[in-house]
Amino acid sequence: MSKAVNVDVKLSANKFHVDEGHAHIILKNNPDIKEFRKLINACPAGLYKLEDDGSIRFDSAGCLECGTCKFLCGETILEKWEYPRGTFGIEYRYG
Amino acid sequence: MSEESFDAIIVGAGLAGCIAAYVLAKEGADVLVIERGNYAGSKNMTGGRLYSHSLERIIPGFAKEAPIERKVTKEKVTFLTDDTGVTLDYHNGRKQTAVEESYTLLRGEFDQWLMDKAEEVGAQFISGIRVDEVLTRDGKVIGVKADGDELAAKSVILAEGVNPVLGEQLGMVQRLKADAMAVGAKELIELPQQIIQDRFNLNDNEGCAWLFAGSPANGLMGGGFIYTNKSSVSLGIVCGLHDIGNSSKTVPQMLEDFKNHAMIQPLIEGGKLIEYSGHVVPEAGINMVPKLVDDGVLIAGDAAGFCLNIGYTVRGMDLAIASGEAAAKAILMAREKNDFSAQGLSSYQTLLEDSFIMKDLKLYKDLPEFMENPRIFNQYPKMVADIMQNMFTVDGSPSQPIRKTLMKHCKEVGYMNLIKDGIKGVTSI
Ligand SMILES: Cc1cc2nc3c(=O)[nH]c(=O)nc-3n(C[C@H](O)[C@H](O)[C@H](O)COP(=O)(O)OP(=O)(O)OC[C@H]3O[C@@H](n4cnc5c(N)ncnc54)[C@H](O)[C@@H]3O)c2cc1C
Ligand code: SF4
Repeated sequence: MSKAVNVDVKLSANKFHVDEGHAHIILKNNPDIKEFRKLINACPAGLYKLEDDGSIRFDSAGCLECGTCKFLCGETILEKWEYPRGTFGIEYRYG
Repeated sequence: MSEESFDAIIVGAGLAGCIAAYVLAKEGADVLVIERGNYAGSKNMTGGRLYSHSLERIIPGFAKEAPIERKVTKEKVTFLTDDTGVTLDYHNGRKQTAVEESYTLLRGEFDQWLMDKAEEVGAQFISGIRVDEVLTRDGKVIGVKADGDELAAKSVILAEGVNPVLGEQLGMVQRLKADAMAVGAKELIELPQQIIQDRFNLNDNEGCAWLFAGSPANGLMGGGFIYTNKSSVSLGIVCGLHDIGNSSKTVPQMLEDFKNHAMIQPLIEGGKLIEYSGHVVPEAGINMVPKLVDDGVLIAGDAAGFCLNIGYTVRGMDLAIASGEAAAKAILMAREKNDFSAQGLSSYQTLLEDSFIMKDLKLYKDLPEFMENPRIFNQYPKMVADIMQNMFTVDGSPSQPIRKTLMKHCKEVGYMNLIKDGIKGVTSI
């Protein structure tokens, strides 16, 4: 049996400079759930979430800026994908 | 726009950008690197292994001063299923020349060192600034816009990595499809140096590069990797994106399960997670190489699709370095003639064609398609495990000739499939 992963714990090992109030990725309203599921599976930071009550949630804080969601769903369910402004976002101390 | 015009502005202080700056500045060109992160390398991650040949030719003996982790002397490849592992284990004790060597490294440190080298020879560097736009006049690139400021340049090198926002803006790069991409996720796990050496059977500065095919990517195209650093281990997976919507596991779960595999877990037992990273990997090889040169602009590194996924390993850093060098040389030639048009910069294309970059990309051109074959990541790892199990299990039942055992397992995959995949595999490498 596999242990369920807790990505938030992993992200907390990272250094982030969060740009409060400036989300660099914005999801469209009422996104297609099939597309959203791709991102639930693919986002290495686990930021695309399905809640127990069936609702969906996304928060760009904790983003690793990997680009995956842009390539998978840039045209379909993302309203905006850009890099955070200079100095903000993930800061890899090791990489 | 300011009056001063740089010979070159380079977007991105990854390996491609840092090297381009180094080569240009060393020849006295006036060059500025702009990086959105707070320092070179602060946004970059990699699996961890640099084949040193391209950098060695530019900075001979670099490994003596650069912050490298370990020299790779042990290679392992494992076919992994959920409950088995079959490993090929190679120790290289032969003497290697400097260009044959390879090293494990961490980009946060390594890229900073490289940028420092470029600054030492005169390159200018600003960090913490995101370039928002490439400026053009009459179809010719004339500079960049960043943080509201406009900066003029005779040429611009886009070394912005796998997600070439600016290259797309200029229409040089087509938005890549998900089936040309994979995602990588990696944990950096801290462990005492001696424990790493004991567990991986290494001497002081030796390192191990270990690749895993099979279950790590949940049967999708991809695999797992472990690279040993001085006092940490880089452990990660790479997973193709084309079928990710149908995966029964998320990417973070794949990594977690890989890490907890009975074969892996004892290697990292007691280790502490010190960083978690993710990044897209370009996978389509030569099929995705964009328009590389236009009036006043060149594209290098991952942004140009210069990355090779050869089986279970990814190679992009030596290509990023060599393409950064080629871009710099092309600009130096353009500078002599004072012609920064596409024509004046066209030696970039020739330099690339003559280098290992285009030759290797062409050589492996059929590999991405071959790798999409699910048998490679599902049935073959299981097949070798089944063969091993039969060979090593003695339970008192009458033994079978090994030939028979082999044939039985080959039959499960299907002889035709084996032959087909064998021929395809051999012709695509
Ligand atoms: C999981 C994984 C494992 C890998 N393993 C290996 C391996 O073992 N060996 C190997 O050789 N290769 C490996 N690779 C590939 C290798 O990491 C890349 O090919 C290499 O990093 C590409 O270098 P680059 O300089 O082109 O781009 P990057 O290193 O991505 O640098 C791009 C830079 O541009 C900056 N930038 C982007 N946009 C802007 C902007 N608008 N303004 C300012 N700055 C900007 C970024 O912040 C970044 O610093 C791996 C990749 C992954 C994801
Ligand atoms: S860029 Fe990567 S880490 Fe950030 S939200 Fe998209 S998939 Fe997740």
